[in-house]
Amino acid sequence: MAQESGQQHPISLYFIVWGLLFVLSFFSYMVDYLDFQGGLRWTLILLFMFLKAGFIVAIFMHVAWERTALKVVILGPPIALLVLILLMTYEADYTFMTRIDFFGEGAPRPEAHH
Amino acid sequence: MSEAVVTGTADVLPGGAKGIVADFSADKQAFQVPWGKAMMWFFLLSDTFIFGCFLTSYMTVRMSARDAWPVPSEVFALSFGGEPIPLILIAIMTFILISSSGTMAMAVNMGYRGERNKAFWLMMATAGFGIMFVSMQAFEWTKLIVEEGVRLSHNPMGASQFGSTFFMITGFHGLHVSAGVIFLIVIGRRVKSGFYDRTRGNYEMVEITGLYWHFVDLVWVFIFALFYLW
Repeated sequence: MAQESGQQHPISLYFIVWGLLFVLSFFSYMVDYLDFQGGLRWTLILLFMFLKAGFIVAIFMHVAWERTALKVVILGPPIALLVLILLMTYEADYTFMTRIDFFGEGAPRPEAHH
Repeated sequence: MSEAVVTGTADVLPGGAKGIVADFSADKQAFQVPWGKAMMWFFLLSDTFIFGCFLTSYMTVRMSARDAWPVPSEVFALSFGGEPIPLILIAIMTFILISSSGTMAMAVNMGYRGERNKAFWLMMATAGFGIMFVSMQAFEWTKLIVEEGVRLSHNPMGASQFGSTFFMITGFHGLHVSAGVIFLIVIGRRVKSGFYDRTRGNYEMVEITGLYWHFVDLVWVFIFALFYLW
């Protein structure tokens, strides 16, 4: 049984978000096209990524209008992934150093894109 | 100790093993949404972890690779007669998927308004964008496999791990898009035939289909940023 009569929102809101997603995608593409590097590249890529993800989840997937219980269940658990990412950066660094120790320097790493 | 401490219920509930059974069969509702929607969210949550693990593995493998990693912006460049334009194919795929997300959102809206025909055609448009996306991915894979000679186990452009992670991640995402296209066609046909008017007349199934489709788009946002723009 539906407790509420479904998610009904003004169409203009969808159009605004739709437009924003296009603009943000264009910006992320421009980051690559204009060949930004280093910290600036990463800041911009992650900023545009999280903005896009936020708009999709909040508006298109209607999470903004859901009750807090559901929000917590949906958005809480993925935070655990941050721990995994942190652990794996240490692991990756360790593996990389071990490879250098045992096999020597390989072909040069693309510094620019790291 | 822990027995019979549950308050606020009509009956005193048992503890221990009986308590577990009692609690799980107590017919309580935690989420004030239709059950289908709650189940779709749980499925998407598990899928989040699958893609989360894929992308984290990608990070680990790339950071620990000794050989040079191919630069995606050059690998996925395409030339239309003149100079190759970096990453253009992926940019087009991104715009296609975002367009499909918009038509899907409109389909959900039209469904709730009871405009069956509009909802149906918007869902078909979404499925069409999905097919375009998968076709372009097939083109991209063919180019990589046939022309560049990239395989799961090796890669002539540098680090051999590039092939395995690329095919795993984009392949799994492409599989999701393909499944979504089938899902959209099945539900779309039901919308058109008036199935949801006969069965209690609410179009939450369109919204549930939409949740899945938006999730596929959401995953692409992360793949685009973390895989292609890195």
